[in-house]
Amino acid sequence: MAYQSDGMVEKSGASRWISHAIMILGVLFIFFPIWLAFVASTVTQADIVRPPMPVLPGPHFWENYKAALFSGVNVPVSVMLGNSLIMALGIAIGKIAISLLSAFAIVYFKFPGRKFFFWAIFITLMLPVEVRIVPTFEVVAGFGMLNTYQGLILPLIASATATFLFRQFFLTIPDELAEAARVDGARPMRFFWDIVVPMSRTNIAALFVILFIYGWNQYLWPLLITTDPSMNTIVMGIKQMFPSGDDTANWPVIMATSILAMIPPVVVVISMQKLFIRGLVDSEK
Amino acid sequence: MATVDLKDIKKSFGKVDVIHGVDMEIADGEFIVIVGPSGCGKSTLLRMVAGLETITSGELLIGGKRANDTEPMDRDIAMVFQNYALYPHMTVADNMAYGLKIAGMPKDQIKAKVQEAAKLLQLDHLLDRKPRELSGGQRQRVAMGRAIVREPSVFLFDEPLSNLDAKLRVQMRLEIKDLQAKLGITSLYVTHDQVEAMTMADRMIVMNGGVAEQIGTPLDVYERPQTIFAAQFIGSPSMNLMDGRIDGGQLKVNDVSLGPVDTREGDVTVGLRPEHVFADSAGVLRLNVHQSEPLGANTLLHGTLEGKAFTASLPGVHRMPGNDRDMSLNFASENLHLFDPKTGKRI
Amino acid sequence: MEKRVTFKGWLLPVALIAPQALISLIFFFYPAAQAVWQSLFIPDPFGLSSQFVGLGNFEFLLKDPYYRSSFVTTAIFSTLVTLAAMIPALFLAVVADRLIKGAGAYRTMLIWPYAVAPAVAGVLWLFMFNPRVGVVAWYLGQLGYDWNHVLNDGEAMGLVVAASAWGRISYNFLFFFAGLQAIPKSLIEAAAIDGARFWKRFFTIVLPLLSPTTFFLLVVNVVYAFFETFGVIHTITSGGPQQATTILVYKVFSDGFVGQDLGSSSAQSVILLVVVGLLTIIQFKFVEKKVHY
Repeated sequence: MAYQSDGMVEKSGASRWISHAIMILGVLFIFFPIWLAFVASTVTQADIVRPPMPVLPGPHFWENYKAALFSGVNVPVSVMLGNSLIMALGIAIGKIAISLLSAFAIVYFKFPGRKFFFWAIFITLMLPVEVRIVPTFEVVAGFGMLNTYQGLILPLIASATATFLFRQFFLTIPDELAEAARVDGARPMRFFWDIVVPMSRTNIAALFVILFIYGWNQYLWPLLITTDPSMNTIVMGIKQMFPSGDDTANWPVIMATSILAMIPPVVVVISMQKLFIRGLVDSEK
Repeated sequence: MATVDLKDIKKSFGKVDVIHGVDMEIADGEFIVIVGPSGCGKSTLLRMVAGLETITSGELLIGGKRANDTEPMDRDIAMVFQNYALYPHMTVADNMAYGLKIAGMPKDQIKAKVQEAAKLLQLDHLLDRKPRELSGGQRQRVAMGRAIVREPSVFLFDEPLSNLDAKLRVQMRLEIKDLQAKLGITSLYVTHDQVEAMTMADRMIVMNGGVAEQIGTPLDVYERPQTIFAAQFIGSPSMNLMDGRIDGGQLKVNDVSLGPVDTREGDVTVGLRPEHVFADSAGVLRLNVHQSEPLGANTLLHGTLEGKAFTASLPGVHRMPGNDRDMSLNFASENLHLFDPKTGKRI
Repeated sequence: MEKRVTFKGWLLPVALIAPQALISLIFFFYPAAQAVWQSLFIPDPFGLSSQFVGLGNFEFLLKDPYYRSSFVTTAIFSTLVTLAAMIPALFLAVVADRLIKGAGAYRTMLIWPYAVAPAVAGVLWLFMFNPRVGVVAWYLGQLGYDWNHVLNDGEAMGLVVAASAWGRISYNFLFFFAGLQAIPKSLIEAAAIDGARFWKRFFTIVLPLLSPTTFFLLVVNVVYAFFETFGVIHTITSGGPQQATTILVYKVFSDGFVGQDLGSSSAQSVILLVVVGLLTIIQFKFVEKKVHY
């Protein structure tokens, strides 16, 4: 089958093998930094500071990961993992929740100021947190939210991507469904819970993947507002593990931490690959 | 069970009037078909009865009570939508039960009612499926079931069969009519298909451009169409029209005399259904045949008659007529319909 | 687009929209307005009062050689990142598109780096190129090339570009691959029957049909290079050596938080705001055009 549909345009044979070879090289190139980090996380500091370091994993896996997870450098990595998890979940769930509600209001109600709200939310699409960083920091500091989870989460929820996405999706729900629900006696919130939310399940899941990664990978914001190491997230905490001055960094532990920092988002992406790709393609359109 | 009264119901969207005032009294248990071409306002009329559109002016009474401002759920109606509008994430049973659940009916009662309706519609084995796992006809039945379990006073159907293939349409048509007769629930049924209107309706409303052209029983509309539009819309193939004149009590089309008539003098539009002509060598009508369509039981002959397009439907098989392709046709004078060419109204 | 069915009332919708409206107001509109406001003032050295200077901060910035060089740095950086992230991705996507079997498996393996945070990517690349312990740096040394991005401007730029583009390749690959798969095979076959060879087909048929995807990715990658690469730069070079890798966003941070120069930092934020606004409008125009195809 495959060979037939291929035959018209491709000369098959040699060119196929070349294609596979190119793809494998590409994958290897992309994987190389990760592989190296993994190897470094399984050897000793001594192996690393005498270059070239080995290219195959060593026997010190448990040792390094235990050191990272339970002692770390400034703070145990397990604490940072917990903070990252709370932040990423908080951002993903918070954004999805407020966006579902506001998109529902914008699509299914006519009320004074609807257009205004729509555009006000739409404008927030434009600005990444990096741009308004100083005043936002002041606001959060003013609320006493430095070194708190609220401070980590709330400012990053203020964006319109999810609202926009849900709006687009709600517009594709047939009008007849809402009418049928009305005839069935469903009031707006009942319709929301019984029909709209269950129908949005795939979109919610896809968006969850994207937002979880977005939240997990935040760097600048946690860097600014978590001065207390016990509130550090893992992605920003790695940099803090490098010593200032000329001391040599504890590479095996740092690399173990890097691997640990990658695992949750990578697991989410790989395990929900289909949803993720769909969410990505939808959300960026 | 309820009567439905429409009193000069009007609808406008902004400045555009889409329904120009419909009056009708619907008896309890009656099956009313609203028929007309797309854009004639038939769906809007139905949706006003459902409460999905506001009524601009006029009065709607359901069961004798004014219902203009009542919410759909409080009108004691159930509706079957064109694309079924089944909740895609719910099973067949949940779809049917949803309205009852909202109404707060106890679970075991809901279950009993759903079972009962499912049996009636032969859906019992499908109750656990999702809508996407069903065929078009089955989805249609589920939509019906959802309407039935609520035991409403009025059924509303919005072109429920238009998404089905021809064969299934005939079958479902019979089933719906059957069911309605069994349950005796007042029904309003919107369609653009005149065959559905003819076969299902106790009475029908023929609508065109937001106006009810005629309200009456199917035979009434067929035999005594009140307007040119109703005459042409009901019946297939549609009624032939000719430009005629009444002169000294004689009806003439060009120079051909169609016999004496007893009405006002002057220009008239003459209507004659294709199935109401027959081959007769002594006939006064000369049809110049361009094409014949043998349908088996009868044959359609398309051509021109006195310079205008004309179709004849003759029983049995007819070959194309000989060399000159002319054939003589005759008719019974009681089958002639006369309309005023200016107003389109029956004379 | 409007729904035919709308519910009545205003209290419920306003309550539904309130959480998002409040959060946007407090953490978005107010800070954004604050940024604009602060950009008009210069605070005194003790932060006790500030003096209104109108557009003085902007004027100063535009004359400031550091800021101007940061602009140039940003332009170079984002151009390089965009090219380095898009060209290999397109190449891989074209190759993968030729494969009938296995393309999905390659895709799965290529997705990985997308999930890796830019800051973590920075650490990985820093590790490879660390002048003292980095494997790549060591092999370069063996070849007689003395790598030291801590001192060398060009090497520093090269390293942050590579680390920034690396994770982005998978993202771009996903879109290019999806775009290629969406091109009807009959078109390619028609071109083949017309006698066009592979590269001819690629440039005359495939690339033009892929142009919506390419343009979209162009904008998205530029936005990424502008705003999301902060982590890479902060972990690898901290903007150095001698500001050689200080892009605009990094300068907002270093002037605002390290240098404590709020007026200037706010003025820079406002300039960035305009830049993002322009990019968004370009993107929006493009999306609209795509809708009207």
